[in-house]
Amino acid sequence: MEPSLARYIWTHTKKQQLWILIIVLLSMIPYFMSFDLPKLIVNGPIQGKGFEQPGATQPFMRLHYNLPFIGEVQFFSGFQLDRTTTLFALSLVFLLLVIINGLFKYYINTYKGRLGERMLRRIRFDLVDRVLRFPPRYFKRVKSAEVATMVKDEVEPLGGFIGDAFLQPVLLGGQALTAMLFIVVQNFWLGMIAAVIVAIQIVLIPRMRRRLIVLGRRRQLTARALSGRVGEIVDGIGAVHVHDTSNYERADIAARLGLIFKIRFDLYQWKFMVKFLNNFLAQITPFLFYMVGGYLVIQGRLDVGQLVAVIGAYKDLPGPMKELIDWDQDRQDVQVKYQQVVEQFTVEGLIAPRIGALTIDDPGPMTNPLSAIGLSMTDDGGAMLLDRISLQVKPGETVALVSTSTGGAEALAEAFARLNWPESGRVASGADDLLELPEAVTGRRMSYASSDVFLFQASLRDNLLYGLKHAPLTSVTYDGAAADQQRWNIDEARRSGNPDLDIHSDWIDYASAGATGPHDLFEAVRQVLDAVLLSRDILDLGLRSSADLTRHTELAGRIVELRAALRTRLEHEGLSGLVVPFEPGAYNKEATIGQNLLFGAAAGPELADRALAANPYFASVLRQAGLDRTLYEMGLEIAEQAIELFADLPPDHPFFQQLAFMSAEEIPAYETLLQRLKNRPYETVSESDRAMIITLSFAYIEPRHRFGLLSDELMNKIVAARNRFYEDLPPELQNAVERYDPAKYIAAATVMENVLFGRLGSNHPDAPDRIRSIVYDILDELGLYAELLDVGLDFNVGAGGRRLTSGQRQKLDVARALLKRPDFLILNRPLSALDQRVQEKVLQNVLEEARRDGRSPAIVWVVTNPTMAMMFDRVVVFDSGRLVEDGTHETLLAGGGILKELLS
Amino acid sequence: MLLKDEVGMLQRVPLFSGIEPAKLKLLAFTSDRVSYGAGEILFRQGDEGDAAYVILSGRADILVDSDGGSIKVAELVPNSIVGEIAILCDVYRTATVRAASPLEALRIRKDHFLRLMREFPDMTIEMVRVLADRLSHTTADLIDARSAKQ
Repeated sequence: MEPSLARYIWTHTKKQQLWILIIVLLSMIPYFMSFDLPKLIVNGPIQGKGFEQPGATQPFMRLHYNLPFIGEVQFFSGFQLDRTTTLFALSLVFLLLVIINGLFKYYINTYKGRLGERMLRRIRFDLVDRVLRFPPRYFKRVKSAEVATMVKDEVEPLGGFIGDAFLQPVLLGGQALTAMLFIVVQNFWLGMIAAVIVAIQIVLIPRMRRRLIVLGRRRQLTARALSGRVGEIVDGIGAVHVHDTSNYERADIAARLGLIFKIRFDLYQWKFMVKFLNNFLAQITPFLFYMVGGYLVIQGRLDVGQLVAVIGAYKDLPGPMKELIDWDQDRQDVQVKYQQVVEQFTVEGLIAPRIGALTIDDPGPMTNPLSAIGLSMTDDGGAMLLDRISLQVKPGETVALVSTSTGGAEALAEAFARLNWPESGRVASGADDLLELPEAVTGRRMSYASSDVFLFQASLRDNLLYGLKHAPLTSVTYDGAAADQQRWNIDEARRSGNPDLDIHSDWIDYASAGATGPHDLFEAVRQVLDAVLLSRDILDLGLRSSADLTRHTELAGRIVELRAALRTRLEHEGLSGLVVPFEPGAYNKEATIGQNLLFGAAAGPELADRALAANPYFASVLRQAGLDRTLYEMGLEIAEQAIELFADLPPDHPFFQQLAFMSAEEIPAYETLLQRLKNRPYETVSESDRAMIITLSFAYIEPRHRFGLLSDELMNKIVAARNRFYEDLPPELQNAVERYDPAKYIAAATVMENVLFGRLGSNHPDAPDRIRSIVYDILDELGLYAELLDVGLDFNVGAGGRRLTSGQRQKLDVARALLKRPDFLILNRPLSALDQRVQEKVLQNVLEEARRDGRSPAIVWVVTNPTMAMMFDRVVVFDSGRLVEDGTHETLLAGGGILKELLS
Repeated sequence: MLLKDEVGMLQRVPLFSGIEPAKLKLLAFTSDRVSYGAGEILFRQGDEGDAAYVILSGRADILVDSDGGSIKVAELVPNSIVGEIAILCDVYRTATVRAASPLEALRIRKDHFLRLMREFPDMTIEMVRVLADRLSHTTADLIDARSAKQ
């Protein structure tokens, strides 16, 4: 990147800089005109100069100029206006100039702002573009948070500076020079005094600023290191807690903050010191004028009028000088920042842009063998991982790489995947160096999965399809405002040197997954998920999440059918007792009283959890149904029982998980509340206290809690209250609850809750498992299995995929590698988090899936256990970075070499 | 059956007879009430032990797998506890328990059980007493069996 900020700005914005300079110069004309106008108004119409005679008129807008050689030329004789009209006319001109000046200012500021923002966008994009092209080894030494802070924060001030980068010095320099000239014209020697002081300022101030630059650089580096450390704490929070090092981290952060404070404070002190000196020098000049000039006047060598004129002229000099010096300060500041960032982003061996160039067309299969030729790999510390290996993998061949602990097979897999670059020798596809092939070839025709999986914070689906998003394949048509927006997007992207690829285009390369479009992609997805044994996990996730009804319409449309199928099935198997269904006219004993009252899913905060009892409408329904007092008394009873049972236990006791009514923290509050309310008549208890108590009863389930509080009469009353509640539901609550309706899908509930449409009996400990397998069966029978899998694919995997287990992450990585149907599939201990049995099962499935439909990709698999090697055409054994055996499984076993040793 | 009735039942289990009712109530509250139909399995031999069961009503058979199929070795009646050995010593279930009639039981989870023992030494001592008693009986039985063999 261009090391000099000024040159970087000039190269990309010279036209705009010149344009804005012209505009600024143009804006000077009305600006100076507006200076002169007040004098004209005051002297003319107000004081009456030129209007001495009553009824006298003056020409307005007369255009006449004194031209050399020709003499006076009159272009327009002007309107003859009397005194009052002239006043109005001149005032209106004044107003007009105010507006014109304002508009100029508005235009200039907007233009400069936009210029700065475009440059900022360009710099940021350039930086990220470089990150995408850094060689692999760079990432072993850099912290992600530091790179992020450089791209985001450290270049930010540049945006504000760019608009003024060239304009400011030209303008201010011009003003300062004019003022200086003016002084010199008034009196040469006094002018020289001013010039000397200005020269001192120009020489001295930048020298003093050097220290500011050094401090500024340190400030930037320490702040960057701080964000790196904060990022590290977040990423390694597990290690911090496991080792009780949180205080060590606190100390480290405090020390860093202390250092940053010190640097910043030094910076302030020095900055204001420089400012003081600068102001002092600026004030020295008038002091000299008064003393020297005054002395000369007394001596009679200088005219008083001249001295006054010089002093008057001088007042125009310090302003621009000060601003110029401030500008210079800004310039140095951003220059330092820019350099610091550029230094970090200037890396040897950047990947050439053509390697990652956008390729829309399918590059065609890789038909050449993949080979390592005299390949040596070292780790970052220089230790030899592979020592001059030569190996060829033919298309269609399956190769197991078996490795002793120091074998180096992983390094070979990484070299094939271009994740590490050879120390010497090379990896090649046919005659081409693999590193010279465009990523459009290797990224589409080869795939790689390892034990070290990175997932993006997005849905499972997005992560799975990530490996297919190479290029925008469709052009989206936009209408109306969206089309204008899109045109603007493209235009602005180009102006800032950004690519104008449309992120909203369909990037998914369906063909490479063996599909023709979104409608049949799912089949391919299902195949690979089945192969890596991930479907079941995703189905479970699907059952536990709520479906997006705009996408999964079939599930909602067939919910009645599903529920009926479940009932039939349960009856058929004699398991009807497992689920107590929700029936609009009946009390559900396995549900809480709250659920029985609301008989719906809360879709907003108004009626959810604790808010329910406090909701005024709901409370009024309870009152009308004659339930408020009963439930209050029930709540008191529950509070007493709960406190009796749990009051002695420490708050972190695991038994509290069983206490559905209140949390451990709330017990003391309820204890005092209970004492206060004891023996108080119901009528005198405040609304909020009633709600506090009634809310306890809402969590009560008779068969689970067994306090014996529920009578048939009470159940009937509750069902009646339920109906009353929905009869007059006020409009503002219409969207706060979705009523349970046997014929309707409940959007706010999970898929499982929707299918069950009831509660699991609490007295069957294995009910959840049995029900789940029955639900899967039914979904499969009804052809809704795919739909559920699709719901599961909506699951957001969290930052770095941390909401999945490491085994699930690894399976997903393998599925992603399989999905693009590569010619070479490189798998580097891909399933290390799974147990041996599952690994072997997945291995077998993957080999089958990869070859389905008559495909025959080459598979290179670094196996975690030598027994897995049996399933491959060829086995290659590595020991201490050397290739020691190569042959079929049988021949190697017969030879009695290292493989046999490893297997025994 | 209500919580307070369960407490009454638990008091009649020898293992819990020495524990004050308040604690038994807590134990009952934090345990799950489970019910089984005749022929349903509470747990199988070889499973990991995750809970003990107190039979509240109904009967259950204790079955042990052998080469010739499963053999019924004992019968459980109300107020008896089963499965506590596996949760105390982290061993696999040594027998299968199958409901012989409709059965109501209280399922005490392993961590709750251990927690209670840690917190209420009286209960632990009582448990040790019962277990020691059982051991002395078993030892006596063993001696009888051996002498009968000789």
